[in-house]
Parts: sequence; structure tokens; C-alpha cells
Amino acid sequence: MASKLLTLLQNSVFIFIKDVRLEFRTRYAVNAMILFAITTLTAISFSLGPVRLDPNLVSSLLWILLFFSSMSSLSHIFVREEEQQTSDTLRLISGPIPIFLGKWLFNVVLILCLEIIIVPLFFILLNASVQGMSIFIVVLILGSIGLATVSTVIAAIISQASVKGALFAVLAFPISLPILISSINGTRLSIEGNNFSESMDYIQALFSFLVVIFTVSLLVFEFIWKK
Amino acid sequence: MIELKAHNLSKNFNERIVFKNINFELSRGTSLAITGHNGSGKTTLVKIISGLISPSSGSVEFTADLVKKAYNEIYKYIGLVGPYIQLYNSLSAWENLIFFSRMRGITPDKEKIRTFMDKLGLRGRELDDVRSYSSGMMQRLKYVTALLHEPEVFIVDEPTSNLDAAGSQIVYDILEKQKKDKILIVATNEAEESRFGEQIINLTSE
Repeated sequence: MASKLLTLLQNSVFIFIKDVRLEFRTRYAVNAMILFAITTLTAISFSLGPVRLDPNLVSSLLWILLFFSSMSSLSHIFVREEEQQTSDTLRLISGPIPIFLGKWLFNVVLILCLEIIIVPLFFILLNASVQGMSIFIVVLILGSIGLATVSTVIAAIISQASVKGALFAVLAFPISLPILISSINGTRLSIEGNNFSESMDYIQALFSFLVVIFTVSLLVFEFIWKK
Repeated sequence: MIELKAHNLSKNFNERIVFKNINFELSRGTSLAITGHNGSGKTTLVKIISGLISPSSGSVEFTADLVKKAYNEIYKYIGLVGPYIQLYNSLSAWENLIFFSRMRGITPDKEKIRTFMDKLGLRGRELDDVRSYSSGMMQRLKYVTALLHEPEVFIVDEPTSNLDAAGSQIVYDILEKQKKDKILIVATNEAEESRFGEQIINLTSE
């Protein structure tokens, strides 16, 4: 049992490493994501000017930016396999769970890397600041993992459809809504400088939804992936 | 002891029946040729046997050492070469082979990889991106990826597709060896290649 689990985790890491290597060679997802985020951020910054914004508006804009930046590229993880006709190859050499875990890990790392660049830029350009850094980091990490999880499973579904791009955002939005609402509220509290305990409701909601969506994704992935 | 059994395999796409009630039993040292004209369902049958798609009815049973294996754990036992099995173009042949080896649970053996690359006439091209390979070289590399883990069941769909005479001869030698030592399944249009199957399923006549 333990050795099976170890093999499963090892194979997930091998798939993750393969995807990182492919991404370094093509830079398709990274370029799409960063260019989309920077363009949108610049447009927001120019349109709002030097006005100091309400914390509710700042947190909403941040998560709208992160959501659509994710939508611009996270589907690529499965779409690439279909477009390059390597999905059958992957089916042949691995069970479904390592494939899901490897691809999920790639999307989590990708979105966290984007945030390292975009989040500081966002606060500088919008002349805003975070008072409760610990709440902000916890909400940002949980929200990002949630978005990556939803994106991974929806990407697997839409990769076999003909209208991939439009379908991805349309399907991902309703499922991501609980993540977005909790993340926006948690981020607002961190900008206002509330105590950690005051934001626990949103953090618990985020964590609970993350556990549910991750478990459901893992269970349904086998049926999505098998033709 | 390895056994592969198909019970009443049928496949239809919507109303169209591709084939129905296919049965066979294979064990180590036996072989099967699947023949038929274009569109007769050879590739569909191969994909079902390999676990890539599900049959409409019937089942394929894979037994290793008297233990029935689920389809999500038979990939270590199967080596498949076919036009729909593509390699990662942006990776080198070497990177592809290391990835395939690790996924199948074997430690990449550099010497063994070199031996296979030599055998398939790909010496010196290990570090080139697969995108720079010709279609014939790609087909040869697919054989290396399918054989590296010494599969118990070797399945080939269109064995000599894109290969020159020398390449075809190398493949025929491989098929002869696999036929003796393992379970071999060959799907082909070429009458000459059906000689590799002790049992023959002709889908045209199904």
C-alpha cells in the first residue's frame, strides 16, 4: 500500500517535471498569463488614476485580475496534450491519478509564480497596501490553489471539445465563485488590517471548499480522462 | 504467467457497428494478427486491448501471475507502437526515453537506452529534439520507447509505417523475437505481416 502510494506520488512528480520542461521550451502558458496580467493591470491603473481605492474594490480587482489571468493559460496543461496528440501516450504509461496530480501541481506552481510578479505590482500601481500580511498570504495561497484545482479539472473536460477557450471560462466561473467570494472578502479584511481571528470564517470556507473540490476532482478525473 | 483474454468484444460508434463478438486467448509465446481493410476497426480493437478506449460490450482480461490486473495498472506490461502514440516533440529523444522509463517504474539505464538506439539505427541522435526527426526516425524511436521496459505484451499497429527497407527488416527481427518470448499482437494491412500471428482475426469478414 505504502509502496503504491510512493509510486503514485513519484509518477506525479515525473509528469510535473516533464510539463515544467515542456513549458520552459515553449513558454506558451507563462507568456500568455504574464502578458494578460500586465496588460490588464496597466489598463486598470491608467483608468483609475491616482485615486486611493476602497479596500473592497481593491480586493475585488485583484481577484478578477488573478481569475482571468488564470483562465488565459491554465487550460493549456491538458489542451497541449490533445493538440500534440500525446494524450493517448500519457494514457498508455500512467493511471489517471498521477496525471491529475502532476498537472494540478504544475498549475499551482504556475499561478503562484504569476502572483510573485503581479501582486506586488498591483499594490504599487493602485497605491494600496496590506495591513494584515498573514491573513493576506493565507488567503492568497488557498485561493490560488483553489483556482488551480478548478482550472485543472475543467481543462481536462474542455480539452476534448472543439470550442476550448470560451468553454473554459464559462465552465470555470460558476465553480470558482465560492473561491472568489471568500478570497475577495478575506483580502479585504487583510487590507483593512483586521485580526486573523476575524477572517477565520473566510479562511475556513476557502479551506473547506478547497478540500471538497480537490476530492471531487480526483474522483471524477478517471471518468473524464478515460475515453 | 501472463494471459490476455478477450470476451465477446464489440464496439459501435452511435449506430455504426465496427465489430462484434471478438474472442481470443493469448499467453506468453503466442501471437495474434489483426487484419482488414482501411476503416475495418483494427486500430479501434488495438486501442481497446491497450486500455485506451472502452468497448461497447465485452471485456479484456489481463492476468499476470494468476492475478487479474485492473486497466489502470497494466501499462507497465504493455508496449504499444502505433500512429496515434506520439512522443513529446519539444523534448529530446533521451528526455522522452527517461520520462517513459520512469513512468513505467524502471530506473533509466543509459547503457540499455544506447543499445536500443543503436539497434534501431538512431545512434548519435539521442540529444536531438524529437521535432527534428523524420517520420521514419520517429517510428524507430517509438519502438525504443515501447521496448525499453521489456513489456510482456507487445502490440504494434501498422508495424512498418514510414519505414524504409532497412528499418522494416529491423522491425521484422524485433517482431520475430517478441513472438517467441512474449505476447505479440500485430494489426496490419500488409498480407506479408500477418505471418507474425499464429491466430488471425480478419475484421473484414466479421
